[in-house]
Amino acid sequence: MTDLIELSAAQAAESVRAGEVDARELFETYRARAAANELNAFTWVADAAPEGGAGGPLGGVPVAVKDLFCTEGVPSQAGSRILEGYRPPYTATVVANLARAGAPLLGKTNQDEFAMGSSNENSGFGPVLNPWDRARVPGGSSGGSAAAVAAGLAPWAIGTDTGGSIRQPAALCGIVGMKPTYGACSRFGMIAFASSLDQAGPLTRDVTDCALLLGQMVGKDPCDSTSLEFPEEITLPRGGDLNGIRLGVPEELTGSEGGVDPGVRDRFEEALKLAEDLGASIEPCRLPHAPHALSAYYLIAPAEASANLARFDGVRYGLRVDGSSDLLTMYSRTRATGFGPEVKRRIMLGTYALSSGYYDAYYGTAQKVRTKISEDFKAAFERFDFVVTPTSPWTAFELGAKTDDPLAMYLNDFCTVPMPLAGIPAISIPCGLSENLPVGFQLAGPAFSENRLLSAAYALEQAIGFDGSDARR
Amino acid sequence: MTDTYEPVIGLEIHVQLKTRTKMFCGCELSFGDPRNIHTCSVCLGLPGALPVINARAVHFGLMIGLALGSEIAERSLFHRKNYFYPDLPKGYQISQYDVPLCSGGSLGEVRIHRVHLEEDAAKLDHLGQSGRIHGADRSIVDFNRGGTPLVEIVTEPDFGSPEQVREWLTLLRESLRQLDVSDVDMSQGSLRCDANVSVRPAGSDTLGTKTELKNMNSFRFLESGIRAEIDRQTSLLQNGESVVQETLHFDPVSGRLTSLRSKEEAHDYRYFPEPDLLPLVATREMLDAARAEIGELPAEREARLGREHGLGPELARLFAFRRELGDYFERAVAAGDGAGPVEIANWIPQLVERIGSDADPSESQVSPESLATLASMVKAKEISRDAGREVLTLLVSEGGDPRAIVQREGLGALSDGLGEVVDRALAADPDAAAQVRAGNRRAVGPLVGYVMRETKGRADGGEVTKLIFERLGI
Repeated sequence: MTDLIELSAAQAAESVRAGEVDARELFETYRARAAANELNAFTWVADAAPEGGAGGPLGGVPVAVKDLFCTEGVPSQAGSRILEGYRPPYTATVVANLARAGAPLLGKTNQDEFAMGSSNENSGFGPVLNPWDRARVPGGSSGGSAAAVAAGLAPWAIGTDTGGSIRQPAALCGIVGMKPTYGACSRFGMIAFASSLDQAGPLTRDVTDCALLLGQMVGKDPCDSTSLEFPEEITLPRGGDLNGIRLGVPEELTGSEGGVDPGVRDRFEEALKLAEDLGASIEPCRLPHAPHALSAYYLIAPAEASANLARFDGVRYGLRVDGSSDLLTMYSRTRATGFGPEVKRRIMLGTYALSSGYYDAYYGTAQKVRTKISEDFKAAFERFDFVVTPTSPWTAFELGAKTDDPLAMYLNDFCTVPMPLAGIPAISIPCGLSENLPVGFQLAGPAFSENRLLSAAYALEQAIGFDGSDARR
Repeated sequence: MTDTYEPVIGLEIHVQLKTRTKMFCGCELSFGDPRNIHTCSVCLGLPGALPVINARAVHFGLMIGLALGSEIAERSLFHRKNYFYPDLPKGYQISQYDVPLCSGGSLGEVRIHRVHLEEDAAKLDHLGQSGRIHGADRSIVDFNRGGTPLVEIVTEPDFGSPEQVREWLTLLRESLRQLDVSDVDMSQGSLRCDANVSVRPAGSDTLGTKTELKNMNSFRFLESGIRAEIDRQTSLLQNGESVVQETLHFDPVSGRLTSLRSKEEAHDYRYFPEPDLLPLVATREMLDAARAEIGELPAEREARLGREHGLGPELARLFAFRRELGDYFERAVAAGDGAGPVEIANWIPQLVERIGSDADPSESQVSPESLATLASMVKAKEISRDAGREVLTLLVSEGGDPRAIVQREGLGALSDGLGEVVDRALAADPDAAAQVRAGNRRAVGPLVGYVMRETKGRADGGEVTKLIFERLGI
């Protein structure tokens, strides 16, 4: 069966189409691996392949879906005990799109609770282990999706990115992860963390798989007013050079401020050198407000979360802790029991930031910073095609290493947070190992530049020649 | 010693719009259906569900704003208003805050502060004897109502009395009814009103501390609630005490006001822009479409009926508020047939009396043209007023042409030969004649009665009286 596992999703789809591989056998192979669940990457795995043919552009290659996507009749708990056993009556648009395109649901993947976290240690269902080193975290919040794809438990997966939740775990697990332009994919059916930032995207073994999956995810959804028609078809990347491509390296995100590990910096600079060899020009660029992105993010995201999570009140679904005839007590006990500490911390932060008398100083100022960051990127994209950074300042760290220090944990997102604040797309591809752990290389482009980003990432991927097969053993 | 105080009152009115579906989802609006059958992932606040603005609700909101002469925001914003309550499934209400759909405007003499769109909360049914949340055995949330489109209309504090409030609300209700945007039924909750009440020394131009009276469900309760609150505040001030800012509930049965919460307990709603919705852009097409659907509203029609047709305030208001009467009237005026608008107007209450006060005269047997003919025959003294009433009764029961009825029933006025009948009357009752001649005008009654009897009511009473006075040299 190793042969099947070694096929990329695109290759597997092609093999199914060519009649060389049976779609049900493919499904069952992955299903069995997912169900063994050695990494705690899954919170639910399908019993069997769905009935019906394996048509469509995705060729019957099953997809692992982050727990926070609602899937009809299937547990959708967003990594939270407050939603334990919750089975929604409807399916998220993106998941439905993929199923229609021929990618049936393989399983639901573990995640940080309500997507709040960068290590997957905030899951209500236990941490996910990194397949490169099981003593280490896979990153987060889409850690289950990233680990599953890296370990070959799923051919591909989808996750969500709010401040880096696709790109950072992709980097730490040695796979490709893309956060599309805000609005490119419908958010309908995604259990919300921060509505103005959340965006669904693919986590895949390579850039081609990423393009193939993304192509079936995008599109305007009448159920999501913030979704947009993607202006062009997502095409599979081809070609191998970067001639005429101008890459900007923002010193604010790559210098000492981000605390980038030397090993990460080495791999990043080697990748830049390869890009230059492929014809790209490399120059420093400025994103003057990027160092403030993290602060703005940790006001805006918790503020929106404080409202988004208010619906988990024990009245209609999910956990309810009674024990009193008093409504307020029911609310407090339910939420105190159901939410984990990081979620509670962010609800309190967000509630405070929106409070009367503090709104302007916190939420209002954060929104101004957000505008400045957008303007920084706009200015940078007048001179550069893409802005490039290491995806994460460091490689996968040991379980528990940062759990006592929320601020250190938040620094994980230092290089990934500015892009969602500006609503622009960014992709992380593996660019080598540092001390046997994967390092991610991030490219960010203007809104709706996905096709160009994918083809640049593809060219670089070919030059880097990263081999992730160790994680699948 | 008693100082005099004057009340200052402002209103916040919630109007349920009669769209087919809810404000942010496709569930149908309903009233009185079994609980929780008109619900979906959006209006139940299920995880992952997102709102989509109901274009029809925006259209109605624009119609209301334009009808009130408000300024329409090019881009208005939806906000989240955060608080926990079981009738609020998302833990926030989607409403508008600092940039509402409509600002300013007026209706009658009352200025409008703002008009905005929002969603209604679900309905809580408290089971048990009290019917209120305290002491209820169980409370059931009915989400059928949750998400119903609401327009909130906020007035400036322009009311000086509870009577004025009641009268103005009647105008507002009728205006909304004629716009056809709401059922405006207080008993069903499609029209709800909160009042902000304060008092101040008469003639002062600063505002006193206000209290808010919540959710009164009839015009009468609203009026008596406001009156009770004015009395309460006035006596507090007269006793040297002060008014505390709070929200009050008025119990119409006991007439008592109870505090729901004080200023200190007031919610911090933590408003912030709703990230799930884009700013609402009112395009020229949307404004044109809304404008095209606004007919003439009661206040405008009342003024025009006075100006154009010389109607007195009472009839002008009646025709403006009951559009079907106004329409009928104007059709009769157009038919004219020699009668002026005032003559025609005066016949309409008579017609209403005969067909039933709620009936639409255009659905009766009496065409506007017939009514105009009738009015013109009376005006031209072709028939007497009394005969006219009889003709109208016959028209209501059988329809047809008033002239034919007059002919058939022999109701034509006696003008030839009326003098002879008068002379006979004077001869028949010389005492009465003498009294009238001596200055007792009231003694004319029996003489007129004689003539009417003799003519079987076909003579015109006024004409007869005039003729008698002439004969007697008065």
